[in-house]
Amino acid sequence: MSEAVKTKILVGLGACGIAAGAQKTLASLEEGLAARGLVAELGPAGCMGMCYREPLVEVRRPGQPGVVYMELTADRVPRLLDEVVRDGRRIDEWVARGEGLTGAEDSFFAKQHRIVLRNCGRLDPERIEEYLAQGGYQALGKALRTLTPAAVIEEIKLSGLRGRGGAGFPTGTKWSFAAAQKSAEKYIICNADEGDPGAFMDRSVLESDPHAVLEGMLIAGYAIGATHGYIYCRAEYPIAIKRLRIAIRQAEAGGFIGERILGTDFSFHVVIKEGAGAFVCGEETALMASIEGRRGMPRLRPPFPAVEGLWRKPTNINNVETFANVPWILQNGGAAYAALGTAKSKGTKVFALAGKVNRGGLVEVPMGATIREVVMDIGGGIRNGRRFKAVQMGGPSGGCIPAELADTPIDYESLNQTGAIMGSGGMLVLDDTTCMVDVARFFLDFTQKESCGKCTFCRVGTKRMLEILERITHGHGREGDIALLEELAATIKRGSLCGLGQTAPNPVLTTIRYFRAEYEAHIREHRCPARSCRALIAYTVLADKCTGCQVCARACPVHAISGEKKGLHSIDLARCTRCGLCFDKCRFEAIEIT
Amino acid sequence: MEPACQEWSPGPVDLDRLDRVLAEHAGGGGSLIPVLQHAQDAYGYLPRVVIERIARALGVSPAQVFGVATFYAQFRLKPVGKHVIRVCHGTACHVAGAEKISEAFSRELCVPDGETTPDRLFTLESVACVGCCSLAPVAMVGGETFGRLDGPRVGKVVKDFRKREGA
Ligand SMILES: Cc1cc2nc3c(=O)[nH]c(=O)nc-3n(C[C@H](O)[C@H](O)[C@H](O)COP(=O)(O)O)c2cc1C
Ligand code: FES
Repeated sequence: MSEAVKTKILVGLGACGIAAGAQKTLASLEEGLAARGLVAELGPAGCMGMCYREPLVEVRRPGQPGVVYMELTADRVPRLLDEVVRDGRRIDEWVARGEGLTGAEDSFFAKQHRIVLRNCGRLDPERIEEYLAQGGYQALGKALRTLTPAAVIEEIKLSGLRGRGGAGFPTGTKWSFAAAQKSAEKYIICNADEGDPGAFMDRSVLESDPHAVLEGMLIAGYAIGATHGYIYCRAEYPIAIKRLRIAIRQAEAGGFIGERILGTDFSFHVVIKEGAGAFVCGEETALMASIEGRRGMPRLRPPFPAVEGLWRKPTNINNVETFANVPWILQNGGAAYAALGTAKSKGTKVFALAGKVNRGGLVEVPMGATIREVVMDIGGGIRNGRRFKAVQMGGPSGGCIPAELADTPIDYESLNQTGAIMGSGGMLVLDDTTCMVDVARFFLDFTQKESCGKCTFCRVGTKRMLEILERITHGHGREGDIALLEELAATIKRGSLCGLGQTAPNPVLTTIRYFRAEYEAHIREHRCPARSCRALIAYTVLADKCTGCQVCARACPVHAISGEKKGLHSIDLARCTRCGLCFDKCRFEAIEIT
Repeated sequence: MEPACQEWSPGPVDLDRLDRVLAEHAGGGGSLIPVLQHAQDAYGYLPRVVIERIARALGVSPAQVFGVATFYAQFRLKPVGKHVIRVCHGTACHVAGAEKISEAFSRELCVPDGETTPDRLFTLESVACVGCCSLAPVAMVGGETFGRLDGPRVGKVVKDFRKREGA
């Protein structure tokens, strides 16, 4: 095969790679190869997970394992082409990882276990051949040819797989509900709305390995007896949508989607529906209303979607990551999946690790790994040597887990006990410069705006909570505000119809539970211990560090800084808007926040 | 409507483009949202006449179309500038100082968040997570993503775009 003789170069072209300049890298690789008369197969790959080292380029020389080079911006391309591609050497100081090598980023992978991300960054997502070469669509073939729908469901039950969209409902059980319904028309929906504003797991999987998700949907369709599938993908993910379109077309051409799939009686069609920007549409009943072309407002359940879903037909809805697990489970057996994880939480979970951590990116760990392992061992600890304060998990529905509880194992039950949730996989690391009251305010601001307005408690209650949090962060908090927040939280949880309202108070409740002193400092002393709330801080110039370079004075948009050239500068706090531009601009660390 | 919109008139709306969108995407259950999406692609926003015409074509009331158009954040009822600047206010970007980034853009462009510059070059918006959290704080200008922003870099980004436009 040509792969064996030609060098292969893969460029990570996920959204973060592109943001870091990977397109330019790809272009200069193309040019450079041509200019040097070198022959190599150049192709895009998905997300390799090391978002903090983008752009990433993997070089696979004939007969050798691949080597991943990091921070490969266009200016580094000539050296890569000369030394690695042409001369067959290695540039050790740029190696992120490689089989049998010591790479700079080995420890990022040491504790990971990649099932969902098995192909991410390893293949060209726009070529079905590469997915097939990795054993793609064999699980579908196995299901259609050797298993009854009931046996497929049994295998999924055996695996212990639980829904990865947040609630963790057992997937096999959910499938059996829809399978039990008698109807000529049934639907499969893939929930790719990924609304948590700090999560990008589903985006990466769709961009990097779209066929795995399609294969999971097909298997689910066979298991419950569905003929049509919808992928509801948020419109903010144009690359994911484009690659899904290509993947569907290729799978249709290959006989994996369409009529009489693989020569069997099973027929299944897939269409993409683009979301239009509403967080609540991630909720399953709102999502179906949105596909039907209406305002995305949740409705009361029961009837559950399995009984009465899209177009009032039995419908099974699962998350992207849930589906991506399915082919692996059928290939390797439910027991192999269940061998990973804890008693009640099986398999692995993907997290979007971000925030004040050194190595932010996409990670997949076996259930039962601890938060500390993810933050410290995989994430490489806190940036700039600062103190680890908390992780926020589960986004607007989740909560903050303090560093003291970092040894909590990642499984559904243990996380629920902390007051946070597993959520869909957003894991935001916070350090001592993050104000917890402000984090709570941030999420309330989000849920308050995204509330669809149907339930009064959710619509008005979140607004009232937000107002209280705003006044606290502005230094106008009142004695009794904490109790008021708790009371409102309890009422909103009880009085809301869907998960949005039921979980909206969680970020507030967990921060009160673990960081009450911080709330009290704001309310009683008008002080923000993290020095983050703008109404409660001041910028001053440090006399021993100021060189009088005048950079800050020129940068200040409100002319609040004065001082002679080479003389000590000072900030007029009455004028200062706390924009922080002087702090950013100063090269001598002479501006202090107090 | 706010005065800012009245100063600038979008001119007559060419409805032929809408007819093409309707021919391709109308019909079948659930076509309202795709029709609105493609209409917005064609016009950059949803002019009133377009909303009314869509309602007639799909056999629903203009109120229903309007209800859907205002429910979803994606739909705009006002025209936008040539480059839409979307400052990420997702969680990671928030804790990395997104608020200051919005302010810096606002200062550079002399318009508040949500508004369009008088020369119609830029519209400033805030959005939730654009999926590049490890590069926070992030902003997108059109299809281009800019990461690890701070006040000074924002100034540079705007200047570069202005230069490209010869403004
Ligand atoms: C407000 C709200 C937003 C949600 N957003 C999402 C989402 O973006 N993606 C997702 O998969 N599930 C989301 N869910 C959960 C879905 O309602 C549903 O439980 C899930 O898609 C089921 O799939 P699973 O069993 O595979 O997890 C959301 C729920 C609520 C209440
Ligand atoms: S929070 Fe800004 S990119 Fe995710």
